[in-house]
Amino acid sequence: MALNVGLLPLVVAVFLAAMPVPTGRAATEATRGSAPVSDAEVHTVATQLRCVVCQSLSVADSPSQMAVQMRGIVRERLAAGETPDEVVQYFVDKYGEWILLAPPRRGFTLLVWILPPLAVLLGLAVTAQRVRVWSRPAATPPREPIDAAMRERIRKELETEQ
Amino acid sequence: MRPGWRWIVPLSAVPVLVLLAYGFRLNPRDVPSPLVGRPAAPFSLTTFEGQPLSLADQRGKVVVLNFWASWCHPACYDEAPALERSWRGYRDRGVVVIGVDIQDTAEAARKFMSDFSLSFPNVRDVAGKVSVDYGVYGVPETFFIDRKGVIRAKHVGAVNDGVFRVEVERLLGEPA
Repeated sequence: MALNVGLLPLVVAVFLAAMPVPTGRAATEATRGSAPVSDAEVHTVATQLRCVVCQSLSVADSPSQMAVQMRGIVRERLAAGETPDEVVQYFVDKYGEWILLAPPRRGFTLLVWILPPLAVLLGLAVTAQRVRVWSRPAATPPREPIDAAMRERIRKELETEQ
Repeated sequence: MRPGWRWIVPLSAVPVLVLLAYGFRLNPRDVPSPLVGRPAAPFSLTTFEGQPLSLADQRGKVVVLNFWASWCHPACYDEAPALERSWRGYRDRGVVVIGVDIQDTAEAARKFMSDFSLSFPNVRDVAGKVSVDYGVYGVPETFFIDRKGVIRAKHVGAVNDGVFRVEVERLLGEPA
């Protein structure tokens, strides 16, 4: 039981970190001139950034202290008047494109965006082509003309069956 | 199927296998820093003794900026004696070592510093801003900054005497 109580803050933290942020809420810790920075704005930027101390988690989803600090920096820069793109660019300047969870749609990483749809199209094309081949009626060899002797033989066999 | 086409399916796996073979050999910790060759981000923090310390005040010196934490075991524990030894050896030659304690409690950090008798200045980055300014993604990480204030090298993992000497001697050998 003591173990459960000990884990409670962690469970709550993970639960809160995983909760979607309601966009209508305007809870603010910092203000941008007169316009407040909403949690949703911070969340939008944070979801694009890799939590640097985690495995495959965004800054928005990680309960780690580093991610909490990074969210604070995002909020502060937004409050200082930077656009979300400028904030993302700040992190790219410091960490490289490695910090982005989605690979950029240019250069080598453009392949990541292009190849999967291409592979699907190619697969569909190959499948369609195979289906067409398989559903075509098997070509029947041309009939050999039946000569008189064969015709007589068939007639006899049919008669004996009856 | 025509004979030539029979090999298309197995052959199409080759580029994928080559890509995987290449990718799995990379160390995910070896992320090249875009900061090497760029001016070091300025910062002003407070030492554990309460003294203000800013990077701008170190201009003209070779700066070894070391990010650490008391919970970073064993790497930070491995490098602490080497950093202290190297600092004592080079402090009179225009080299300054600055420790930046991150994601840590002051109490644990003080114990770490006293356990290793660290005598070079150490500051705390409470909000994590300096860490992000230097693109730090783990501890320990060490930046070697030349006398003009440009980051010239980044070392991920424990620094030893050899790494320290090579990097610092290279920067000391350059004209001021």
